[in-house]
Amino acid sequence: MSALSRPLLPVLVRREHASLTVKLVAPPVALGLATLLNLGLYLLMGRDPVAVFHAMLLEPFLSWASFSEVLLKTGPLLLIAQGLAIGFRAKVFNIGAEGQFILGAIFASAIPVWFPQATGQWIWPSMLVIGALGGALWASLTAFWRVKLNANEILVSLMLALVAAQLLNYLLLGPWKDPNGFNFPQSVMFQFDAMVPILIPGTRVNVSLLVACAFSLAAWLFMQRSFAGYKLQVGGLAPRAAGYAGFNEGRAIWLSLLVGGFAAGLAGAAEVAGPLGQLQRSISTGYGYAAIIVAYLGGLHPVGIVFSALLMAALYIGGDNAMVSANLPVAAVRVFQGSLLLAYLVAVAFVRYRLEWRHVARGSTP
Amino acid sequence: MNALEFILAGMLAAATPFLLAALGELVAERAGVLNLGVEGLMALGAVIAFIIVYQGGGHLLGFLAAGLASAALSLVFAVVALGFRANQVATGLAIGILGQGLSALFGKSFESLTVKGLPKLSLPWLSDIPVIGGLFSQDIVVWLSLAATVAIWAVFAHTKTGLVIRAVGENPKAARALGYPVIAVRFAAVAFGGALAGFAGAYAAVVYTPLWADGMIAGRGWIAIALVVFGTWLTSRIFLGACLFGAVSLASLAAQATGLDVSSQLLSSLPYLVTIVVLGIISSNRRLLKLNGVASLGEPFEQ
Repeated sequence: MSALSRPLLPVLVRREHASLTVKLVAPPVALGLATLLNLGLYLLMGRDPVAVFHAMLLEPFLSWASFSEVLLKTGPLLLIAQGLAIGFRAKVFNIGAEGQFILGAIFASAIPVWFPQATGQWIWPSMLVIGALGGALWASLTAFWRVKLNANEILVSLMLALVAAQLLNYLLLGPWKDPNGFNFPQSVMFQFDAMVPILIPGTRVNVSLLVACAFSLAAWLFMQRSFAGYKLQVGGLAPRAAGYAGFNEGRAIWLSLLVGGFAAGLAGAAEVAGPLGQLQRSISTGYGYAAIIVAYLGGLHPVGIVFSALLMAALYIGGDNAMVSANLPVAAVRVFQGSLLLAYLVAVAFVRYRLEWRHVARGSTP
Repeated sequence: MNALEFILAGMLAAATPFLLAALGELVAERAGVLNLGVEGLMALGAVIAFIIVYQGGGHLLGFLAAGLASAALSLVFAVVALGFRANQVATGLAIGILGQGLSALFGKSFESLTVKGLPKLSLPWLSDIPVIGGLFSQDIVVWLSLAATVAIWAVFAHTKTGLVIRAVGENPKAARALGYPVIAVRFAAVAFGGALAGFAGAYAAVVYTPLWADGMIAGRGWIAIALVVFGTWLTSRIFLGACLFGAVSLASLAAQATGLDVSSQLLSSLPYLVTIVVLGIISSNRRLLKLNGVASLGEPFEQ
């Protein structure tokens, strides 16, 4: 065949060894790529890209006041993402963390809503525990459907998240609506003892950030150091090998979903018992979905997820800043999140592949 | 008009967004690609169609632009998931988030605005039959969607193109060895599926409920993906499933109109609950799923 009919094309060639360097630089490269793309979009929308860049990506880190808000948002994202990553590594795709988060918030709110006069330091810890159990309970429905009925966990967990949002609406418009709340869809304000204590005086950062860090440490010990974690990962990487080794697939699915639901429920409880102080419609600004991106961006590794959770939290705060200072719609944050995950998935392809320019015969696929 | 007549008359229109999106996903999945971004593709198509129709561009242009925009976004999915061999689940979720974000961004200044829908075209004689007559009085898009359903069934059942798509999904290595361009076929299938998702979103936004509200797709893209499983990858069963969901969403409307004492939140979550229940029933029959399932679904292809 002549050289003319064999055009020079880029081809992905499998590396002999996965590249650790690429694995480490992929997240920052993805961030750079997504930033460029989105600044281009803002330019098209007639906004000043430099001002947006400053408001969105720099300002969150420039003052203690805004950085403390970043830390506040890091808590729930970190918790949910650590829980999800455990499942993702076992190839159990729980994408309904949003619903488990909402159920956690609802369960936790039951105590102050039903016992508004109760006092004592036992209240907020019990709320966190009950919230976590509520999240795990909601996730257990998905686990049951997957293990016993063979149903796809992606679809079931997502549908349950949509149901959870309606359940929240029902409670806030009906039985749990604050009678003195001017008809707003929100519960009563919680009593003082139902609030998680403040961790850093002068900010809204509370003890739940410590809980999230402790959970991250536990996730690291479990995934990197325990046999149960090892079994989960083998199940994800080589399901057949796991089967031959006698690792129980059903148990891995139950474990993945329960841990994911537990963490998301805990995050939901900490949100109502923390910065919000009541159950309201807007308890989650898409944390459950953003945490999926956090988990991937952190390489599904407990240490990486700490950094990606901080970044995603900064994006939320930066998005709010840009809305005020550069008149950027809030939806821009979702666009940024989606493009960030796409950019990361492209960048991370080069961990296992490298690009080569080759003459490819026409008709064959690169 | 009683509830039965109401449901029969409106079922097909309510089913159309589900049907179009599910047919698109069917084609992609038959070629071995699991595209979970349907919700975002529909949301993008919806906003593009709405903006064009609102600005006076007309329904035809609105649908075409919606199809093109969603096909373009689905090609981004194809480049990342097929070109760079990324995890298809993660890529689909990213496209879903991106599409919904773009939809909210573009639609921001159109919130709560309305456009005019499309007139009904009635079949003579048939539409005069009592009770079921309403079935035969539908807008042009419904009639075209029914034609598309038959066409897609025929392509898979009777043509070489259909056979090649299925071969690529069943056993890409064998298809490649026979000289078929696996990746190119998958790209085409994904783009086709994207265009149909765009039409589905357009129908929802400028014909079925011609009013713009952020998040108006409300999980219909996800239900469409579930419909492909319900239909066990068969066109005819997917059509029946779409009709079921059309009827379910209308039944909740009818229940509200007749003043049944059921909370509106329960009715809103009815389609999701039905999805969960049916998914459990169908999936527990493992033999049924194996029989028509796609062997290489979601797996990257490397030669």
